[in-house]
Amino acid sequence: MAQIIGGVATSHIPAIGKAIARGCQNDPSWKAFFDGYKPVHAWLDEVRPDVAVVLYNDHGLNFFLDKMPTFAVGAAPQYINADEGWGLPVSAPYPGDPHFSWHLIDSLVNDEFDITMCQEMLVDHAFTVPMSLLWPKSGSRPVTTIPVAINTVQFPLPSPSRCHKLGKAIGRAIESYDEDLRVVVVATGGLSHQLDGTRAGFINKKFDLMCLQRIVSDPEALAQYSARDLVRDAGAQGVELLMWFAMRGAMTGKVTERHHSYHVPISNTAAAVMVLENQTHWSDKWLDQSLIHQV
Amino acid sequence: MISNKRTGDIPGTVIFDGNRAIQGYALNKMCFSFNSGENREAYLRDEESYCKKFNLTEQQREALKHRNVLELLEAGGNIYYLAKWAGIFGINVQQMGAQQRGVTEEQFKEMLVRAGGD
Repeated sequence: MAQIIGGVATSHIPAIGKAIARGCQNDPSWKAFFDGYKPVHAWLDEVRPDVAVVLYNDHGLNFFLDKMPTFAVGAAPQYINADEGWGLPVSAPYPGDPHFSWHLIDSLVNDEFDITMCQEMLVDHAFTVPMSLLWPKSGSRPVTTIPVAINTVQFPLPSPSRCHKLGKAIGRAIESYDEDLRVVVVATGGLSHQLDGTRAGFINKKFDLMCLQRIVSDPEALAQYSARDLVRDAGAQGVELLMWFAMRGAMTGKVTERHHSYHVPISNTAAAVMVLENQTHWSDKWLDQSLIHQV
Repeated sequence: MISNKRTGDIPGTVIFDGNRAIQGYALNKMCFSFNSGENREAYLRDEESYCKKFNLTEQQREALKHRNVLELLEAGGNIYYLAKWAGIFGINVQQMGAQQRGVTEEQFKEMLVRAGGD
């Protein structure tokens, strides 16, 4: 059976993609930020995922206001990146796993999440930047991917609680897939930032630090916020925390935080990355530990 | 300024709800077309003819002429699509932020750095 080995949540700011394209990772202004990903790489090397389910928000590359799904799941053999209009280099395609995607879709709809199904899906910086951050070797594609898009463009947005429940349903779907695959659930976006209005540039460090703690320790309570509350406290685009709620919901077992880092600012944004390890009864480590306790 | 009837107002903040979706559709549709390099070039060559294809309102055409983000938001623009329009002129999100705040780009960046120290 497929096994959820953990979750990674990371910012997806386009400026990061530009810095990677220019090879600025060791520049003084970028080094501290990129160093925050070294523990993530070490963890990924340790747990060796086969598949990444990537929860992200499209910013007007694949979806327009003519048809705007609240939740959309990719079911394509590959996911293509394209020109977004403001100069980020286009990434090579990312391999998909259509059979796994259709299992996820069947399971989610059976679980009353009536998602949109996409056999073609362009993926934007919110997908590509995190992939480059997590697997930085240029052009390497060590995992297959299933993108899941959550609407953050057009209100009404799904609530944090709904996204958390979607994550739980994704968790159930993954664990009921009859293939021995190791799955990491990736959430992209956040933390606090605001691009538009006279409050542009709004960052709320206190709120971010509270979220970094409670998304681990008490996600159910944190999910009582409304989407509007997130806009108020994390900024108009800080609402991307919705993806973090969904990722946290997909952690079905005993959750241990392995790493987080927080960096202000990257472009207009408070950037963060977090690694959660998910130990289930399938997990080798969980078994080892229970043996130790018996002794 | 149209109010956010369904969601309530948050000072200085746009909630892109159904009212704005109705008001801004043509403008946002044009900005969405700027995913294509060919369309961006066509816009630069002849802004007025390009706008005509999308049936923009007078308010939207004026806001575009003024290169003014707050006016574009007021005319129903959505920031994600407006960013593609801004990209045509090489305006990045920090410059857009500074313009909306009425400060210089340097002041805007300093404000962001200060937010990290709070």
